[in-house]
Amino acid sequence: MAEAMLDVRVWRGAGDGAFRTYAVPRRANQTVLDVVSWIQRHLDPTLSYRFACRVGMCGSCAMSVNGVPRWTCRTHIAKVAAEGALTVAPLRNLPVIKDLAVDMAPFFAKWARARGQFDPRSGLGSEFARVPPASPERAAADAGIECIGCAVCYSACDVVAWMPEYLGPAALNRAWTLINDTRDGGRKPRLAAVAGDAGCHACHGQEGCRKHCPKSLDPSGAIAGLKRMSALAALKGEI
Amino acid sequence: MNNPRGETLLWLAQRASAAVLAICVVVHLGTMIHAVRGGLTAAEILGRVRGQAGWEMFYWVFVVAVAIHAPLGLRTIARELSGWRGPTLEAATALAAFLLALFGSRAVTGLVG
Repeated sequence: MAEAMLDVRVWRGAGDGAFRTYAVPRRANQTVLDVVSWIQRHLDPTLSYRFACRVGMCGSCAMSVNGVPRWTCRTHIAKVAAEGALTVAPLRNLPVIKDLAVDMAPFFAKWARARGQFDPRSGLGSEFARVPPASPERAAADAGIECIGCAVCYSACDVVAWMPEYLGPAALNRAWTLINDTRDGGRKPRLAAVAGDAGCHACHGQEGCRKHCPKSLDPSGAIAGLKRMSALAALKGEI
Repeated sequence: MNNPRGETLLWLAQRASAAVLAICVVVHLGTMIHAVRGGLTAAEILGRVRGQAGWEMFYWVFVVAVAIHAPLGLRTIARELSGWRGPTLEAATALAAFLLALFGSRAVTGLVG
C-alpha cells in the first residue's frame, strides 16, 4: 500500500514571498511542528522557523495553520488536516523576517508600552509578601498569569490588523495581571499607559484572542477589567 | 498614546449613551409600530404628541444621546480605518455632534411644536 502523504503548502520568503508545496509522509500522532521540521530536514534545509521546547511552554512555535493562529508543537495533524491538506504561514500582524519566522520585537515593545514590567511598591520589606490564594486580586491575576507570549492572540486580533499601534490582547492581559498583583506599586501609571487612544478602549470585544489562546486564557476578560478600572480611575481623576 | 483620561471619559460617554439609546430606540420603534398598525395617520400622531411634555422630554434625551453616541463611533471607525488622528479628527467629531444635535432639535421642535 502506498504511504499516506500530506500535501503541505508553506510560505517561503518575506512579505513578498509565495507558497511552495511539499509532500510529507503522514505519521501517527504527527504535529504541525513535526511536519515543518520534516520539510527542513529532508526536503529544504533553508526553511526558517522557530521552536524551542516542543511541549507548549516556550511560546516560540506559533504559526498560522490553515488560516488559524496556533501553537504548532501541540497541534496535531489529525485535528487540523484530516483530509491531508495543510497550509502553514507566518503569524498575521507581525513583520515576516523569512518563511515562518516573524519579528516579535513590535509585539514585546507593546508589553513595555503597557508597563508590563513588575514595579514593586514601597514598604514590601524583606519578608516574603503574602498573597492570599482566595483573594479576588489573586484570582484575577491567576486567570491571566499563564501567558506564554506566543502572540497567537495578537495574530488573531482584528483590531491590531486595522490599527497597528493598538497594544493588543497579550500586552493588556499582562498589564491586568500586574494591576491585580498586590505587591505591585505601578497601578496608576499602568492604567494611564493602557487607557490611551490605542489601549484597552480600542478593543471591540470580538474575543478572537480568547477563542484562539492555546492556554485557554481570556485576554478579552482582562481588557474588560481594564476598561472598568480605568473608567473608575478617570471619574475619580486618578488618571 | 495620548490623553488616557480623555479617551476613557469619551469611551464611558459612548457606553452610557448606548445604554440610553437602547431604551429610546425600543420605545420609539415600539410606539411607531403600534401607532401605525392602529391605523393612525401622521397628522393624528402629531396631534397627540404636540404639547406633551413627556414626549418632548423623551425625544430631547434621544437626540442628545444620538449626538453623543454617533460621532464617537464615527471617530473610532475613522481612526481604525484611516489612521486619522489629531485636532482635525476632534474637530470633525465635534462638527458631527453639532449637526446631529441641530437636525435632531429641528425634528423635536417640529414634532412637539
